[in-house]
Amino acid sequence: MARATRWRRFTRSEAFSGYALVSPTALYALLMLAAPLATIVAFSFFKDGYLTVIREFTVQNYIDTWADPVFRAILLRSLFVSGMVTLTTVLIAFPIAYYISFHVSRDMKSRWLFLITIPFWTSYLIRVFLWKVILGYNGVINSGLDIVGLIDQPLNMLNNVQAIVVTLAHAYAPFAILPIFVALEKIDRALLEAGQDLGESRLMTFWRVTLPLAMPGVVAAVLIVFIPTIGDYVTPQLIGGGKVPMVANLIQVRMLDLDNKPMGSAIAVSAMVIVTLVSLIFLFLNRRFLRVQK
Amino acid sequence: MKFSALRSYAYLYLLFLYAPIILLPIFAFNDGTIIAFPLKGFTIEWFRQMAGNATLRTAVQNSLIIALSAAIFATTLGVFAARAATRFSFPGKGGIIGLIMLPLVLPEIIVAVSLLVVLLGIGVKLSVFTVILGHVLICTPYAIAILNTAFNALDRSLEEAAFDLGETKWSTFRLITLPLVMPGIISSLLMSFTISLDEFIIAFFLAGAEPTLPTYIFSQLRFPKQIPMIMALGTCLVAASIILLTIAEYFRRRGIARTGGTDAGGFL
Repeated sequence: MARATRWRRFTRSEAFSGYALVSPTALYALLMLAAPLATIVAFSFFKDGYLTVIREFTVQNYIDTWADPVFRAILLRSLFVSGMVTLTTVLIAFPIAYYISFHVSRDMKSRWLFLITIPFWTSYLIRVFLWKVILGYNGVINSGLDIVGLIDQPLNMLNNVQAIVVTLAHAYAPFAILPIFVALEKIDRALLEAGQDLGESRLMTFWRVTLPLAMPGVVAAVLIVFIPTIGDYVTPQLIGGGKVPMVANLIQVRMLDLDNKPMGSAIAVSAMVIVTLVSLIFLFLNRRFLRVQK
Repeated sequence: MKFSALRSYAYLYLLFLYAPIILLPIFAFNDGTIIAFPLKGFTIEWFRQMAGNATLRTAVQNSLIIALSAAIFATTLGVFAARAATRFSFPGKGGIIGLIMLPLVLPEIIVAVSLLVVLLGIGVKLSVFTVILGHVLICTPYAIAILNTAFNALDRSLEEAAFDLGETKWSTFRLITLPLVMPGIISSLLMSFTISLDEFIIAFFLAGAEPTLPTYIFSQLRFPKQIPMIMALGTCLVAASIILLTIAEYFRRRGIARTGGTDAGGFL
């Protein structure tokens, strides 16, 4: 009896309504996301048999993965490339976010943001491929320079890290601009006036007031660019021409081409752990900027 | 002009953003098989090739089925989660919503690989259906982000008024809440549709032998002879997504106007 009334009270509570409402979506995420993630973690500790997986606990996959110089080289390269991409993307995006937030009139702001997001919503594959067209051996830049007569021999701009950086900096531009813009918009303009009234120069006001207050946006931008780019498959394949493979390409080869699921899972889990660690260290280093501001 | 340096930088940056897209129609109408300057002449041959391609037609059909289903399911799931997140507080809310939003910060290859392992493990045959499963997962967080804004802008006293005037919970939702968040729902549908239509990695892993638009494009990029046709296809895709986005933006602004808010701008 008491249990029945308690149950009835619970079903009328706010928490119950919340759970009931969120449950379809939460269930979907559990089945399609949490369970598969748990599965690859489990697989990474299993043995690989021919065409099957032997359910026997082993850490051999991790030992093999980390002892493999190819894996270490690819992981290091992925971290380096993603780091370069993130640095470039955020550095060239910051002035744009600053310009839109501080020097564009209120009613033009959403138009600027719309303009910046449009290229992002057009086919990713074709955008990446177009960079190959632009940078290629007989591509737009080389044929252009040739017509003008600046070069005798086409420049080799593809199949290297710089080409990947340019392509990804282009692809992830709005991901960097939007969080920085949001952080800049939140800054109380009176603080900037106060800084200047108290005798700081424009530059010093920017350095000591604007930048620290914009840091939460910059940190968000860094993570939002860094995490997906380290798992990018298309750009190393198309722009790197298979010569500069990154982690995603390695996972694909192990999983599909070699059909070694435990090994592929071990690489995927290792990559995930490393990405998480790097992100956490980055957050920790920037913790003083992230304290909640009133 | 006081900040002309910054302004010219902004225009240069826009040029950088749009450079690839401007090249697309130029080469789609160029009468030459090699994608390079100088241009040869005007032709619509590549568009004709595109229209006559049977595999491409299958790929487009598959992609439309996938994108339409993913958009509808993701938006439906998004409505549930956004409503729960904005209207109710319950223990563990942060964790649950965090899990649902996780695909936003998870490399897509991880989502694709883990789903592949599970689906093959339980013996599901890879098809258009399995791609839909994956796409719903990655579209839902975007749907929630858009719908959260729509539900947050909602004035709760309107619902309470309807409730006081004798409407039931469900009829209040149907008559008051739903029409008010409708612009958000439409813009979430369009956004999920666009994301799914363009998604490559998950389709690459989960489609099996079925072609989708991005996997078809990826397979053709290896053949130099096919490139002009892909340029024509890209031109059509860019035109289509600009139209879709303009509609989405229109509904987003109308939604903000309807609930009486001010435009904070931006999709995310």
